[in-house]
Amino acid sequence: MSSTITRPQRTSFLTPRRLRRVALFFASLVLVAVAWELYKVVGPEAGGKIFGWKLLPRANDNAMPHIWEMLERYGRPEVRGSDRKIWSVVLAGAWFSFRLALVGFFVGTALGLGLSILMARFKVAERGILPYLVLSQTVPLIALAPLVVSWGGKLSIGDWTWPRWLSASVLGAFLAFFPVAVGALKGLTSPPSASIELMDSYAASWWQTLRKLRFPAAVPFLVPALKLAASASVIGVVVAEISTGLKGGIGRLIIEYAREATSDPAKVFTAVFGAALLGLAMSGFVTLADLYMMRNRPKEANA
Amino acid sequence: MRRNKGWKLAAGVVALSLAAAACGGDDGGSDSSSTEAPATECAETTPVKLQLQWFTQAQFAGYFAAIDQGYYAAQCLDVTIVEGGVDIVPQQQLADGAVDFALSWVPKALASREAGADIVNIAQVFQRSGTLQVSFKDSGITSPADFAGKKIGNWGYGNEFEIFAALTKAGLDPAADVELVQQQFDMAALLAGDIDAAEAMTYNEYAQVLEAVNPETGELYTADDFNVVSYEEEGVGMLQDAIWASGERLADEAYRATAVKFVAASIQGWAYCRDNAQACADIVVSKGSKLGASHQLWQMNEVNKLIWPAAGGAGMIDSAAWERTATLAQETKNLEGSTVLTAAPDAEAYTNDIVTEALALLDELGVDTKGEGFAPIEVTLNVGGA
Repeated sequence: MSSTITRPQRTSFLTPRRLRRVALFFASLVLVAVAWELYKVVGPEAGGKIFGWKLLPRANDNAMPHIWEMLERYGRPEVRGSDRKIWSVVLAGAWFSFRLALVGFFVGTALGLGLSILMARFKVAERGILPYLVLSQTVPLIALAPLVVSWGGKLSIGDWTWPRWLSASVLGAFLAFFPVAVGALKGLTSPPSASIELMDSYAASWWQTLRKLRFPAAVPFLVPALKLAASASVIGVVVAEISTGLKGGIGRLIIEYAREATSDPAKVFTAVFGAALLGLAMSGFVTLADLYMMRNRPKEANA
Repeated sequence: MRRNKGWKLAAGVVALSLAAAACGGDDGGSDSSSTEAPATECAETTPVKLQLQWFTQAQFAGYFAAIDQGYYAAQCLDVTIVEGGVDIVPQQQLADGAVDFALSWVPKALASREAGADIVNIAQVFQRSGTLQVSFKDSGITSPADFAGKKIGNWGYGNEFEIFAALTKAGLDPAADVELVQQQFDMAALLAGDIDAAEAMTYNEYAQVLEAVNPETGELYTADDFNVVSYEEEGVGMLQDAIWASGERLADEAYRATAVKFVAASIQGWAYCRDNAQACADIVVSKGSKLGASHQLWQMNEVNKLIWPAAGGAGMIDSAAWERTATLAQETKNLEGSTVLTAAPDAEAYTNDIVTEALALLDELGVDTKGEGFAPIEVTLNVGGA
């Protein structure tokens, strides 16, 4: 936008700063593991009360399996007699859910951007739509999930029938579009009136102003919005999987393994870590998009 | 110009990932009937969708066996089994028209019917209730009267009414005489000592405690460690898994004919599972159940006990059991003082016409639909049901 901004130097991907971040990430993982094991040593076996409130979690092996038990569980088959090790099952589940979340993320982002442009263009649209957007997010996902499945079950266009996984993606999109719509609207309306008037003085059309001024100005608002949308789409997809029993994803694995919690507690955690991995993968994906979108901006803006 | 290129790249990424998800996403969901059946002279096959209450497991073995053994195909049906989920209400999916038939417990389905869902019980697959209350021997709980003063786990969500009926029958006040605790669908609370008696299905949760290691002995818990109260034996059992059809569509001759064939082939599947418990458990495992092999076989065996022997023929709705279920559903109040039903279900809520025709069909095929000689097998559970 302004000629005084200097382009950042193109540097190698592995800067010391990035290396340090990666190292810190792994250090924090180790810290969590140590804290977990430490609590198992000092925590009360059967849980404890503080001022009469049952607050301290149980430290026994059933409620909190050892870290090494969980890790070791990855190397064993999912069920006896099966040759599929649990790590491959969990990884396959996370990959399945990742793809659904990705679809939800893109559909939600497209929808959110479309709505925000509409609202930025017409004040009356903003007044009319925005309250309903806020309202939409108060509808509990688990109430919506069976409805979407039921609608989808009846839907077929020609030879094409609604695949069941699409319901999960739709619910991911339902959560993802909101932060994008609100963030983008804020960004699109952020240029100062002096800039807008300048564009007007060039006789720029509304679309030209949108492309040359409003979109670039919206990018810093979009980046955090997209991060929120990414995690929201993951939550939407995993909850929808649990809620509708969609086969193949990490949500379904969590609930299936949870039923064996009585006798095989470490198994549940393998799936929970799979869900965490899914969240990490999604946020990593958005970070890449972030680096790309912010590549021409001064580093200070890159929070 | 640079920016333009960027947008194109982004659009490309979107399109690619959408395509990737679209291609790979189809391996989940439902299980369509394989065509292992002998080629019969079907002019056309009718597609049928069956909604389960939960994931693939031996509780539904008969339907999977009917697919696997080609019984549906022999009736010119192409059956797709739709799995359930935490928030999927089968009878609601049926009433919404998303599926053609649904499995549901009778009290819950009747509550939906009272609320306006036009659904009809066309075959009572489980003749007996499989609900138990399981407690450790040293708690001394051998009958509902012993629940007094104890912490009694229950699942809620309409699964608790047999407990309330048993309490009422034993002369106890559910609100004052016992401490009712909401229980997860597992047995951890019982093993941890949080509750004195846990609600359990014979075919699932009860097996879970027998698959857990007793920390004191290092061996598995055995049946000798527990007392079991069976609600069926206490006379307060309510009818459970039944096949429900759309009442509105039953007026349509074609749908009704499909219903007869579907019920017949399903019962044929259950008869196969009665005689081949191990083979049926294997079929269910091959359909993607995540439960361990011994747990699966246990479940198969226990489910067989709920179906067979069937004095009036499998799937027949016994009017006495129906009346008992309906009466208990109207009279038993839960803690909020509400009952499952506010009025007696109308006469159209169930019909034996379809199952009667189905059984006649099976008699022609020489299938034993009564199972008088049925004897359960002995199943040894392994750690974690493996």
